[in-house]
Amino acid sequence: MEKEIHLTQFAKHGGCAAKIGPDTLSKVLGRLPKFSDPNLLVGFETSDDAAVYKINDDVAVIQTLDFFTPVVDDPYTFGQVAATNALSDVYAMGGEPKIALNIVCFPENLDPDILGEILRGGADKVREAGAVLVGGHSIQDDVPKYGLSVMGMVHPDKIYKNFGCRKGDVLILTKQLGSGIINTAVKAQMASAESEREAIRVMTTLNKKAKETVQNFTIHACTDVTGFGLLGHCSEMASASDAVIELHVKDIAWMHGAKEYAQMGLIPGGAYRNQRHAAALLDTGDVEEVYVDLVSDPQTSGGLLLAVPESEAGEVLRALERADLGTEVSVVGRVAESGAGAGIRLVQK
Amino acid sequence: MITVNAMGDACPIPVVKTKKALGELNGPGQIEVLVDNETAVKNVTKMAKSTGAQAEQEQLGERQYRVLITVGEGAAAQAGQNGSGSAPANGAVQPDSAAQTPVACPTCVSTVVAVGSDRMGEGSEELGHILMKSFIFAVTQLDQLPDKMIFYNGGAKLTVEGSECLEDLKNLEEQGVEIMTCGTCLDYYGLKEKVAVGQVTNMYSIVETLQSAVNVIRP
Repeated sequence: MEKEIHLTQFAKHGGCAAKIGPDTLSKVLGRLPKFSDPNLLVGFETSDDAAVYKINDDVAVIQTLDFFTPVVDDPYTFGQVAATNALSDVYAMGGEPKIALNIVCFPENLDPDILGEILRGGADKVREAGAVLVGGHSIQDDVPKYGLSVMGMVHPDKIYKNFGCRKGDVLILTKQLGSGIINTAVKAQMASAESEREAIRVMTTLNKKAKETVQNFTIHACTDVTGFGLLGHCSEMASASDAVIELHVKDIAWMHGAKEYAQMGLIPGGAYRNQRHAAALLDTGDVEEVYVDLVSDPQTSGGLLLAVPESEAGEVLRALERADLGTEVSVVGRVAESGAGAGIRLVQK
Repeated sequence: MITVNAMGDACPIPVVKTKKALGELNGPGQIEVLVDNETAVKNVTKMAKSTGAQAEQEQLGERQYRVLITVGEGAAAQAGQNGSGSAPANGAVQPDSAAQTPVACPTCVSTVVAVGSDRMGEGSEELGHILMKSFIFAVTQLDQLPDKMIFYNGGAKLTVEGSECLEDLKNLEEQGVEIMTCGTCLDYYGLKEKVAVGQVTNMYSIVETLQSAVNVIRP
């Protein structure tokens, strides 16, 4: 395809930055009836990544879906990013993806070859994940959207929940942060080619290898960092665990250029929504404002955030390094307190 | 005064328009930016401040905001001095000497120290180490600190645990000097886990930094 396609021009909000804000969501979800079933191991009460339903003592199924508007102009890459992001929720629960279905919205007047490329990108990632793609559903819509519904499996005793972190735990993140800001800079045509390439590489890296690398270690809590940003996902973890999380902003791995672009005001609106939502828990101390913006940046297809007991953290980090994930692993902080209220503290050493 | 109408524009268009207006102004003066959402207010303010300009916000009505940007005499030069990437702490560095720096491009940095070895000069290896240590110390004593220091090849050994220059480098970093070490070099010497100061960087970033520098100092 030699034609110039700028898929992102169709989308007002990109990727996980397109998520409805956490404030709005919790208001609306709070009004829904609560479902209960003894086999439902993880529901939406703790804002976890996916639902988990126990079939028997050895098998539980994980069910999740995720889709969004284009974050990148290239259709094949967009397909890869959207699929990687959707599959990630299964890894974040400790499971393996098994079956995937396409979710497609596509304008009638756009070249169908573009849709073909999006789907090819998605299919390639599903294959890489070792799952099968078995159809899906598509409707006409002015703004293209793509994603997957994914079913995965996990042993009921080995589910990763987004809560349960304890005092002393080390927080490890398996991908560098900044995709929301970089995507904004790309839209503004101010991003360097290097930053753009790095963001795409990070967004299309499956969390499969990361999950497989850590699965034999003790993981107290796990989630994937997406639209609510590191700050939002840490808030959820802190609230649900009744813990105080300390984020060391100087130790966090950022994408090349993210800090510069944030200082230039290339910050997606989602970052400010995430800040507002976390405001009650957040103590920014005396860290520079740019770091508050960076930790709030909504991520598209971000890494796994793992709470690991201090005694195993060194080994986990070495194992992740050996696994050569293709992304930057960093220790983003630690659990400072547990059992005495929730909070997030930013620290700039 | 330049007026930028960014009403109805989605992120990041207001920032793009503001940047363009700052370029057109190219010196002291005022720009008013009209926007219709708070995200744009915050982002436009950040864009202005990153160039050393001042920005005031005002709400004119429901979904109507004005950001008034003032580029002063000093700020126009500081925009060049400070760049967009260096730490805000640098903004405090001597406004007088900043005004003398003949920099027009807003993303330029004025001084970069590029260290490609753990010793200074040819000749005795032992003397070379001593000289490098005292060079780094001497940098800490400068009235006007460099914006960035890049360490590559043997220079990467200076930013890791056990380096004799560590104290001085940490001191520089605290004062806002950006310390960057070449990742490939750290890998090569097996020092990746030992970095004790600054950030790990890559060749692209090193080239970009050197290209944008007005002065490059090589010990």
